[in-house]
Amino acid sequence: MSHPTLNQYTAVKFSRIYGLGAARGDLIVTNDDVAGPIDSSDEWIRQRTGIIERRRASADLSLMDMAVDASNQAIAAAGIDPSEIGAVLFSTITHPHQTPSAAALLADKIGANPAPAFDISAACAGYCYGIAQADALVRSGMAKYVLVVGGEKLSDFIDPTDRTISFLLGDGAGAAIVGPSDTPGISPTVWGSDGSHWSAVGMSASLLELRDGTTTWPTLRQEGQTVFRWAVWEMAKVAKQALEAAGIEASDLDALVTHQANMRIIDELAKQLKLPESVVVARDIVHTGNTSAASVPLAMHALLASGEVKSGGLALQIGFGAGLAFGAQVVVMP
Amino acid sequence: MPLSQSEVLAGLAEIVNDETGISADAVALEKSFVDDLDIDSISMMTIVVNAEDKFGVKIPDEEVKNLITVGDAVNFIVGAQG
Repeated sequence: MSHPTLNQYTAVKFSRIYGLGAARGDLIVTNDDVAGPIDSSDEWIRQRTGIIERRRASADLSLMDMAVDASNQAIAAAGIDPSEIGAVLFSTITHPHQTPSAAALLADKIGANPAPAFDISAACAGYCYGIAQADALVRSGMAKYVLVVGGEKLSDFIDPTDRTISFLLGDGAGAAIVGPSDTPGISPTVWGSDGSHWSAVGMSASLLELRDGTTTWPTLRQEGQTVFRWAVWEMAKVAKQALEAAGIEASDLDALVTHQANMRIIDELAKQLKLPESVVVARDIVHTGNTSAASVPLAMHALLASGEVKSGGLALQIGFGAGLAFGAQVVVMP
Repeated sequence: MPLSQSEVLAGLAEIVNDETGISADAVALEKSFVDDLDIDSISMMTIVVNAEDKFGVKIPDEEVKNLITVGDAVNFIVGAQG
């Protein structure tokens, strides 16, 4: 008996980012505001992190509020109707429910219901993981437009007395619309993970330990030196691989948009890549802080908003963090 | 041929100078990286990675916390040379 031939998705050749959106916490938190509980100072924090202030969300501003705001901006910038969104990918580590996903609620709130929607847990690499998957979904023909959001309300998961990471952290959401393109707009992604360093950065305890009363509220922690070494020297290799995969040289870039982890990491990474002065290095961390999955889209949005880099420019974006997990790709800026 | 203690010290002093601007003469065996030279954990890791490159040795993350003085680092590197 012969079977009928199945339909399969019809692939499109290229994809690109059509629009970005950005929402930051509504509170400006200075170094003086966070220095006391860690017995530190404004000067110490500036020297070691490059941060002057970070943006955090007040009790009335939720992760979902910021994600909706950023998403609506991205949809407007892309000039599409939300009903054209074929998938919603929400990268976050601070959605306070194990289930259901933040993405499903976000899809409903922005008018993309019934688009498939799911969260991505890749911490500071999450947005670049999302762009990789959006690129694949669009080029396979599975979705016309994909909304990628990196959003965090990290201030819900910090310990003011923690000297390893809490004082770096901020809140915000960045969003991107990815869709089909006549010309290449997203290079092959170099991504991966290294679970042998699973405990180098992440939560201080599990929810089961909280249930059993053996821990207080879990918060973020890191082994700074281990993360620093990996973030600079291993990520320099990943960044070079991403450039090679894109078929371009560092001197072809208009911008380097790294995860805004710490200015010392950004500076050292830029140094390892031997970037010419013509390449703008995103330093959104100075006034936003480290916003994990939100940091790459927020930093790129800031470069475009300030006019430092023009639409159509080439940016190497690289996210790296807990997992450990990393992802990098070169994109045409929207 | 493995480098001597004084050769490693000279090379390490050069790396410290490059990273921090501290005069190479100030980088003496008995000096503490943190208490005497005021080198923070991030600069320390940059020095460690550059020392690995320069001397062809591996300095694991868990070993870095044991390198309190310049002498600790020099002795570790001398011992780790192939």
